[in-house]
Amino acid sequence: MILPRPGSAKGTDAMIGSMIEGLRTPSFQAAGPMEQFEVLPIIPLTLGNIDVSFTNSSLWMVIGVGLVIAFFFAATSRRALIPGRLQSVAEILHEFVANLVRDTIGHDGKKFFPYVFTLFIFILVANYLGLIPSVPGSAHQFHVFTTTSHIIVTFALALLTISIVVVYGFAKNGLKFLKLFAPSGLPFALYFLIVPIEIISFLSRPISLGVRLFANMLAGHIILKLFAMFVTMLLAAPFAFKALAIAPFAGSVAIFFLELLVAALQAYVFAILTCIYLSDAAHAADH
Amino acid sequence: MEVEAAKLIGAGIAAVPLAGAGVGLGLIFGNFLAGAFRNPSAAAANQQTMLLAFALTEFTGLLGFVIAMIILYAF
Repeated sequence: MILPRPGSAKGTDAMIGSMIEGLRTPSFQAAGPMEQFEVLPIIPLTLGNIDVSFTNSSLWMVIGVGLVIAFFFAATSRRALIPGRLQSVAEILHEFVANLVRDTIGHDGKKFFPYVFTLFIFILVANYLGLIPSVPGSAHQFHVFTTTSHIIVTFALALLTISIVVVYGFAKNGLKFLKLFAPSGLPFALYFLIVPIEIISFLSRPISLGVRLFANMLAGHIILKLFAMFVTMLLAAPFAFKALAIAPFAGSVAIFFLELLVAALQAYVFAILTCIYLSDAAHAADH
Repeated sequence: MEVEAAKLIGAGIAAVPLAGAGVGLGLIFGNFLAGAFRNPSAAAANQQTMLLAFALTEFTGLLGFVIAMIILYAF
């Protein structure tokens, strides 16, 4: 959705412009911070008038899901009482999410464990796969791609969560689910203020849930690419200015460590917010 | 005014939320540390809430960044 416009460097200072043009030469991989988000078809397919091509986004989603399935098959194939290395990792992950669900939703949470676990592992693996550097010289559509850096993916996940909340809320509480918007025990006049606020806050949940993950991934990858571009720009500078390239390089390493933290944190935040919203639906009639 | 110039000014203004996000993050970590030094035994239990608040606050700053990117590249 966000694509670099050709000639966007026009109007900037001529020297910086020529440096950017220098980066567009084939010796450097993708030029511009936005090209890493381009969705390119690998196997073009059409269904009627709809484009359903197998893209690089699909490829990295398949790789992520494949890795997760392979890992859990390998980890649970032996099922020893005293777990080995792989089994320990799988058990730690399971225990981590199980505690999260138990603490936030309570007794009703058990049936949501598979959903929250799938969500958490998928986002975690997608975020971390995006941080792997691409193979130098490979074709653009085989560059490493972060599926969660596209709002359509994260927004679909957020909408799925909110749909489950609404359906489960009405199925469990009936019309009492609407008490979510009108908490009891307030002075009557205050309801005219509280109800619209609660409705707006509920409606903004899928947007904030989806945009949060998308914005974090997008911003992180743009900043990483920008710092890498500063390094190449300074290396192209004359004589001793080349030595200055160490500064953005150090910055890029630091940002990379921050991104390692953010990748895990955002998966955790997505999972815990899903749990909080599900807990709202499960206990709507109680308050 | 030229459209290109207005766009760049708009993108610059869209970076202002960073100030609010900075204040918010400072408050979160500052208050967490103040609480943790008063009662170190309760610190570990509240670390998850602190990280959640960190992610929620960081989002306001990132929203400004996304708006700047949309102004620069999507129009």
